[in-house]
Amino acid sequence: MPPAVTGSSTDRPIVLACHGLRRSFGDRVAVDGVGFSIADGETYGLLGPNGAGKTTTISMVCGLLERDSGEVYVDGRAVDTSTPEARAAIGYVPQDIAIYPDLTARENLRFFAKLYGLRGVDLDARIAEILEIVELSDRADERTDRFSGGMKRRLNIGLGLLNRPRLLVLDEPTVGVDPQSRNAILASVERFRQQGMAVLYTTHYMEEAERLCDRVGIIDVGHLIAEGTRRELVAMVGERDRVALDARGDVQTAAKAAADVDGVERATPREDGIDLVVRDAGATLPEILRVVGAHAHVTGVDISEPNLEAVFLHLTGKALRE
Amino acid sequence: MRAAVAIALKELRQRLRDRSAIVIAFVVPFGLAAIFSLTLANVDEESEFTATYAVADLDGGPLADAFRSTLAELDFATIRQVGTREAADELTDDGTVSAAFVVPEGFSAAVRSGEAAELEVITDPDASVAGAIARSVAGSFASELNSVNASVTLALRGGGHDQSEAQTIVDRAADVPATAVLREDVTESRLLTSTTFYAIGMAVFFVFFTVEFGARGILEERQAGTLARLLVAPVRPAWVIAGKTLGGFVVGIVSMSALVVATTLLLDADWGDPLGVAVLVFCGVLSAMGLSALVTTLARTPAQASSYASVAAVVLGMLGGTFFPTSQGPALLRALSLLAPQAWLMRGFQDLAGGGSLADIWASLLAVLTFAVVLGGIAALRAGRLVPR
Repeated sequence: MPPAVTGSSTDRPIVLACHGLRRSFGDRVAVDGVGFSIADGETYGLLGPNGAGKTTTISMVCGLLERDSGEVYVDGRAVDTSTPEARAAIGYVPQDIAIYPDLTARENLRFFAKLYGLRGVDLDARIAEILEIVELSDRADERTDRFSGGMKRRLNIGLGLLNRPRLLVLDEPTVGVDPQSRNAILASVERFRQQGMAVLYTTHYMEEAERLCDRVGIIDVGHLIAEGTRRELVAMVGERDRVALDARGDVQTAAKAAADVDGVERATPREDGIDLVVRDAGATLPEILRVVGAHAHVTGVDISEPNLEAVFLHLTGKALRE
Repeated sequence: MRAAVAIALKELRQRLRDRSAIVIAFVVPFGLAAIFSLTLANVDEESEFTATYAVADLDGGPLADAFRSTLAELDFATIRQVGTREAADELTDDGTVSAAFVVPEGFSAAVRSGEAAELEVITDPDASVAGAIARSVAGSFASELNSVNASVTLALRGGGHDQSEAQTIVDRAADVPATAVLREDVTESRLLTSTTFYAIGMAVFFVFFTVEFGARGILEERQAGTLARLLVAPVRPAWVIAGKTLGGFVVGIVSMSALVVATTLLLDADWGDPLGVAVLVFCGVLSAMGLSALVTTLARTPAQASSYASVAAVVLGMLGGTFFPTSQGPALLRALSLLAPQAWLMRGFQDLAGGGSLADIWASLLAVLTFAVVLGGIAALRAGRLVPR
């Protein structure tokens, strides 16, 4: 029986429940104690920088990777590497485009559809449906090595939908994608949620998590350090503003000096400036500029309201894209 | 099982669209077999060796006559008489004749008097075989003269013979057949035309390249990310490997069968007993798959796997006698060749082509199957490396 999992904010049935996930590679612990749940029709974002453990986590969720400990249930069935039947409820969209370039779009879909047991009329109908969804009906019989990057991305997503999954797992589907295709992908994910699909979406783009996800889990160095709706997470930071200074010079010393300014909660140097979390940007900014100016030349100032990026900075002391 | 078949069909579709795979599987082996066949056709036993020689008899004496008679008896040679050494030289230079003999003036007299005499052979460097035979013919005649001359000298020393009696002895001695002759003998069961030998050799050599994609394909899928997609589907990893293997097996069988048929119909190769050939093709493809699968488990990337497989196929193919019969090599080479599945395949196919039946090749079949089971078994034990979990 799946364990009782808390966290989902809805009364809808839980589609994915996982807890205590741990996986190490040699001496390095990639994921340690990660657990969360996703309800029907809910989009859950796993937000973290590169190398945080997102892909390792979803690989365990999909039964691709053995785990040192922990449990995964999808639609009430335990999932691991030795239970192929339980994986039938999962749709997986890998980060890299995983299609056969020497097959047509239709042949790619047909091949994977057969692996999911689709046959005959059902198979043809589902392929036509997917081609419509990913807007590739008119190019269905072209080899995919002639497709643009965006078309390949769309087909990559379409392959994950073939089996009408209860849980759709998308691993950073917009990495390396042009803005137009990215927007199309995000719109697709929004439609999936509206259609009642449970979606696990990993990203290191804060804007995507904010736009798409009902709940977000923030993962860093293999640990799930916070989880909740956007509002719940931002509340952890409080009424704090984020100030990003672009500066040249001794930013390390300048950051240390800024951290001593009254009202500054955190000052993190980066290569070309300093990121600060402050209680009241309007009141503290003049003093910040004065002390930073003693060590570095400030070339730009950006003040933003609390968001997931600020939450991440608040929780980890580093920026999401580091 | 359905998943394995779906994967195998996908593999076949991809192979059919990969021109390089078709080239390696069929075009190159057939082309090479045809080239070798045409190049070496005139050394086949059944296509007779012929040569044209010129002879310039500047002597006109009885020994020159005897030499011309000897040449006339060479049933593979056409003899042209020329009047001068220059004419003989010219015909050889322009390739009209493969070699020319020059019997110098005073040759017979010099031999009879026991003085040094030279029988000159002019050869065309581009006709090395015909030239070597010409040298051998002349050398043989000179040796005969030397032995006869020694007999005559001894007889004359015994006294009581006049000059005409000596001449009679020389003439009779010249008619005496050689006491030792070269007897050519070959093992009947392996007597093949070059066409058949190279049809077999190329089919065996290239099947180890043809099936290589099957195991390597897992590394390619891993690199392309499609392996993860396959493994998320409700398919056991064993079926994925089985599908890949089945695809490679079918391509190997089709490739070898097509070569058997094409070389039989188009090059007139004689593969022998069809049942034996079919069984040996089946086992040969299995052994090739075992080797390529094992080599693939040693690699980390598809490129590495391809390189390893190519090295193994070339080294073992050469060692196995797919290009040149190892039976003519030193004992060590012959012993080492037994470590190559290709050697056993060649042996089995050659036995069939030489008239043997399935019952005659059981040792080869057993050896090839052993290679398939051992190599494939080790590969299966190491297959987990290809699907990291």
